[in-house]
Parts: sequence; structure tokens; C-alpha cells
Amino acid sequence: MTKLLTTRDETMPQSSSLRWASDVSSPKHTFRRFVFRWRPFLRLCVTATHALRRNVLRSLLTTLGIVIGIMSVIAIMEIGQGASATLGESIQSMGSNLIIVMPGAASAGGIEMGAGTMPTLTPDDVNAILTECPSVLAAAPSVQARMQVVHGSKNWVPATMLGTTPSYLAIRGWNSLDEGENFTEQDVRNANKVCVVGLTIVKELFDGQSPIGKSVRINNVPIRVIGVLGRKGANVMGMDQDDVLLTPWTTMKNRVSASTLGSVNQSVLTSSANGVNSFGDAYPRSFIELYTTPTATQMMNTPRPQRLTNVDQIFASAVSMERIETAVDEIQQALSRSHNIRDGQVDDFNLRNMTELTKMFGSTTTLMTNLLLAIAMIALLVGGVGIMNIMLVSVTERTREIGLRMAVGAKGRDILAQFLVEAVLLCLFGAAIGIVLGRGISIAVSKLAGWPVAASPYAILASVGVSLIIGIGFGFYPAWRASKLDPIDALRYE
Amino acid sequence: MQSHNIIELNNVVKTYQRGDVAIPVLKGVSMEVAHGEMVALMGASGSGKSTLLNILGCIDRLSAGTYWLDAVDVTRFSKDELASLRNSKLGFCFQNFHLQPRMSALDNAMLPLDYREPILSRKEMVDRASELLELVGLADRMDHQPSQLSGGQQQRVAIARALINRPRLLLADEPTGALDSKTSHEILELFEQLHQDVGLTMILVTHDAEVASHAKRTIHVRDGLIAGSSS
Repeated sequence: MTKLLTTRDETMPQSSSLRWASDVSSPKHTFRRFVFRWRPFLRLCVTATHALRRNVLRSLLTTLGIVIGIMSVIAIMEIGQGASATLGESIQSMGSNLIIVMPGAASAGGIEMGAGTMPTLTPDDVNAILTECPSVLAAAPSVQARMQVVHGSKNWVPATMLGTTPSYLAIRGWNSLDEGENFTEQDVRNANKVCVVGLTIVKELFDGQSPIGKSVRINNVPIRVIGVLGRKGANVMGMDQDDVLLTPWTTMKNRVSASTLGSVNQSVLTSSANGVNSFGDAYPRSFIELYTTPTATQMMNTPRPQRLTNVDQIFASAVSMERIETAVDEIQQALSRSHNIRDGQVDDFNLRNMTELTKMFGSTTTLMTNLLLAIAMIALLVGGVGIMNIMLVSVTERTREIGLRMAVGAKGRDILAQFLVEAVLLCLFGAAIGIVLGRGISIAVSKLAGWPVAASPYAILASVGVSLIIGIGFGFYPAWRASKLDPIDALRYE
Repeated sequence: MQSHNIIELNNVVKTYQRGDVAIPVLKGVSMEVAHGEMVALMGASGSGKSTLLNILGCIDRLSAGTYWLDAVDVTRFSKDELASLRNSKLGFCFQNFHLQPRMSALDNAMLPLDYREPILSRKEMVDRASELLELVGLADRMDHQPSQLSGGQQQRVAIARALINRPRLLLADEPTGALDSKTSHEILELFEQLHQDVGLTMILVTHDAEVASHAKRTIHVRDGLIAGSSS
């Protein structure tokens, strides 16, 4: 001891009692105060961890409520997200980013004929959409028909018979062909007599045999099958999406139906005396009229130099789900311009998209997820009450410790911080276990029950935040009570 | 060297309130302690000597009178100001040591450093605490928990804790009350050594004349009043 004190005297040659008390503050220490702000906090965390480790079982049981709460939150969020992702995919299979442009309603003498009755859309509009709308990924015109398709001794009327362009498949999210290939732009230009059929047609007309290279007759026009579409199944409305036949729109319009939807319902037409098996149409006409010749009156009425053949509908797809609204606006503007529609005039076309449907299904899952989340939140709340309860007990138990800490210089806020940090650490610890267990549950669910799950970093972040808030919220009152103790009373507490 | 006294108590009154009844413990105590003095406070139990020590140690507050500690009037100090005063200027050895169970001797000795401003690094803390534990003769017991230490050793840890912030004033409440005579003697020698080598001002509360004889001056407390002082 004498040695120890001698060495000190060498470094500080002042009188011993002065030196003993002279370490309270120096410039170096003031500097440190700014640099090492994390140090007191680190000490607090270490102290709190020690206190929690002193009674591991109790700490575990205390935080169990938080563990269960966070676990449920994570599991529910992940399973919910998985469900909505699957739902998103199934909506996407209908062509989720789909925007349908319908021609406007015709009206004659005050009688509105309903949407799609006035032929106002042209292939030009498709080009306008493609060039003027950056949010539109692809656009395809369509000409519809409903006619008997014949192959050998079998016949069938497909639910959907469309004349369109090759990009139609991409727009409807129909990316895979089972066999053969899609028709090309070349086929569209030349009005080649080719078609792509869905699996239902293969089943009905070809007995499931490969139809590639074989011909079907529609309205007595032989059309070669060059591709078979992949299976898509029924859509949300229950319509068989595989009952489909696609041809280039030029073929459909000029060779097959030679008319627009307005007057075509060939199932009815064929039953009338009009066109029973007349072989006159078996061979193509000498040339294709892509452009209908306008009459003099039409020329007078419509100052546009040329007007292309009408199409029944235009299908367009937005770049992404989020940009559907933008794409709709852009199409609206592009078509208004190309149709010379002035402000205040009624549009001669209608735009439809799937957002309503997407929203409806989305809101259902969101509702369910939120409901379950609310229950999980209640569990968390109960867990928080548990934390508060045990922290109150702990403060009472450790009154003498608090007294001692205060006697050796702990201020009220030091004690407050100590117990608050303890509660928060307890919650964060519970959250960590909960996150691991929750992930485990969702992984188990996906493995055992085959439910789709999606890892949700947002849920993990949120649950850490929530447990932090619970720790502070429910830890504050006990910590505050501890900080308000009087050192002498606390020291004497039995 | 300061010429003033480290402690100046002027007519200090302490009254405890038990429901409607006011119990006077200190009835007007005035005393002075000079720098570097070693003083014993003697008195029978219930005489108010422990209360006096608590007031001197700024753990308890006085009901009336003034208390100047190291030329500062601490009577009007706020709770927080008192706390940092206790931390920086005062060392307190409690009668029953008040060591934290399940904390090593080293950690116990380091406890006041947690509330020191500015806070030291862990290494500096350990250096300081082990230096002091060496000083009190516990170099080989630093990792032991209080339950693994004898009474004398526990008292030494408590002394190390009291000295860790290099206080101006060391207060000890019955430092030998729970110890056998041999250990008591060792502890008292330690106190004397500290007093001589460091020049630390010390106030020991005791009811044992043998202990009081180690001090240079003895102040007798009786019924909440200073009954006399002997050198």
C-alpha cells in the first residue's frame, strides 16, 4: 500500500488530501463527455443484462406474453402475405394489368344502345396507344365472333373467338404454348388463315390428339392450327379460359366473319336460311380490304382522311399493377386526341380495368390479416401488462439495491433508465424469440400444409418497433416508481 | 490547504413524522470537523448518532438548521445535486455493508463509478477498483461474491467501494459492529492507515470505546444532542 501511494505522489506532487479529491473534472474529461456518449448507455445495458440473467426463468416467463404476441404477428403476417401474393398471381393470370378499351355507346333517337355498340375503335388507336402512352407495355386490337368451328365430324362453338395480334397472349398473361407456336405480325399483315387454340378445343374437336398442322373450318373457311395454348383453367367468374380460338384479327375480320361484333352471332345466323354450307366462301376472296371505302356522306361527316377498319375492342396492359391508373389516364388522353374529342364532349370509348376486382380480393385478405393482427396485438398488450407486473414486483424486491445505488450517487433518472432499459431489453429479447418462432411456424405451415408464405421484413421491423414501444410504455411506470424512492427509506426497506 | 472546516453543522434538527406524531431525533446539533480529521461519533443506540451520520452523508435531509459541507451549503440542494455530491465527495460504509449479492467484489466496488460524470471506460473502472481492492487487502478475492466472503472481507469490499471515487470524506456506520475483535482491529488499522497516508477526513459511528480510541477526537451524542467532545 505504501508503494502504491508513493508512486502516486511521484506523479502528482501535491498534498495528498488535495490530490485525492482532484479528479472530479479536467478538460480531458469534458472532452470525453462528448465523445463517449454511448458509454453510460452501454453500462446500463450490461447492468440490465446482469439483472435479467440473475433470474433466467422469471425473465423468460415474463417475456412469454411478448414472445407469443410477436410470434403470432410474424406468423400471421407471413401467411397473410403469402395468401395475398397467391391471390395476386391468380388475378394476374387473368391479365392483372389488363385495360380494356371498349367502343362507345351508340344512340339513335334517344335510345342508348349500350357500351360497345358504336364502332369507333380502329387499329390506328392501337398504334396511338403504343406510341403515346409510356405506361402501357403492350396493346392488341380484337375482333370477336361466335361461330361454329368444324373439324371432321365434330363441331364446337368456342366461348371466346378472337381475332387479334401476337401480343395479345402477353397482355393476358398467357406466356406458355403447349405445342406449336403463336401466329406472327406477318400472319396479321397477310391475313393468313392460321389459328391458335385452347385445350378445350383440342379436347372437343381433336379428341385430345395434337391438332398442329390440321385444319378447322370456320364459316367454311379452312384455318390451319399452328399452336396450342397452355392450360389456364377457369377464371374467377367460372368461365373456361381454355375454350378459346385465336386468329390474326385481319383473318377473323376479312376472311371469317367479315363483320364486326355488332351484327355477328353466327350460331344464330347459321340456323337461319342464310348461310348453310355454301362452299362459295371456301376460297379466299381475290384481295383483302383492310380499309373500308368510305361513302361520300361519311367523307363529308368525318373530315379524317382515312379511317381504318373498326375493331371491337382494344386490350392493353400496363407496365405494372401500380401504374394501371396512369396508363388509363394516358390512354384516355391519347384516344381523346386521336378521336378529336373536345373538352366537355362525351368520349366515344370506355376504359375498363381489373383494379376493382384486384381491390376487392385484396381488401378481403387485408381485412382478414388485420383482424388476426388485432388479436395478436391484444396478445402483445397482455404481454406488456405481464412485463409491467413483474417489473413492479422487481422494483419492490430490489428496493434496497435501489437505495444503495442512490446512496452511492445514482440520480432518479439513472434508476429510471436502469429499469426502463431492463424492461425494453426484456421485450426485445422476447421479440427476438418471437420472430424466430414465428418464422418457424410459417415455414412449418408452408412445409406441412403447403400454404404459401412470404417472408416479411416489414413484419419483423414492425414487431421490433412494437416491442420497443411496449417495453417503454409498460416499463415506464415501474421505473418511475423506482426513481421516486427516497434513498434512506429504500435502504431501510425490509 | 483550505482553512475552513469540511463539515459545519449549525443547529440541525431532524424530526420524523409518524402519522400525526412528530418524533424528534436530532434536537439542535452543531458541530465542526476540520479537514483531515478522524472523528468518532459515540452514543447509545437510539441517541441519534446514525441519523446524524446519514445527514452528514447527505442520504437523509435535515428538518431545520444548516449544513455546510466543504464550504457549500447543501441544505437547499436538490435531490440530483445531493446524488452527485454523494458520488463525488462522500464515501459511505454501511453498518450491514449493503453489498449486492451475486455481484463480484470487483463489481461491487465499481458500482459508484456507474454514476460518475464523466463515466470511465470499463478498463479504467476495473483498474481503479482492483487497485483499491489491493489496497484493502483483497487482491486475491476480486471475483468472489459477497456470500463467499467473510464479514471482515465484506467490510473491506464496502470500504473499497466507498473510496472508489476518491472522496473528501469517509463516513462509516458501526464499521466493526458485525465483526470479531481481531477483524475489527484489522479494519480499524486500515482506517488509520488511510487517514495517515491519504489524509482522508473520517467520521466513524460507534458505541464501542475501543473503536473510538482510534480516533483523534470523539463526539458524544445523547438524546439527539451533542453531549460533549473529547480528544
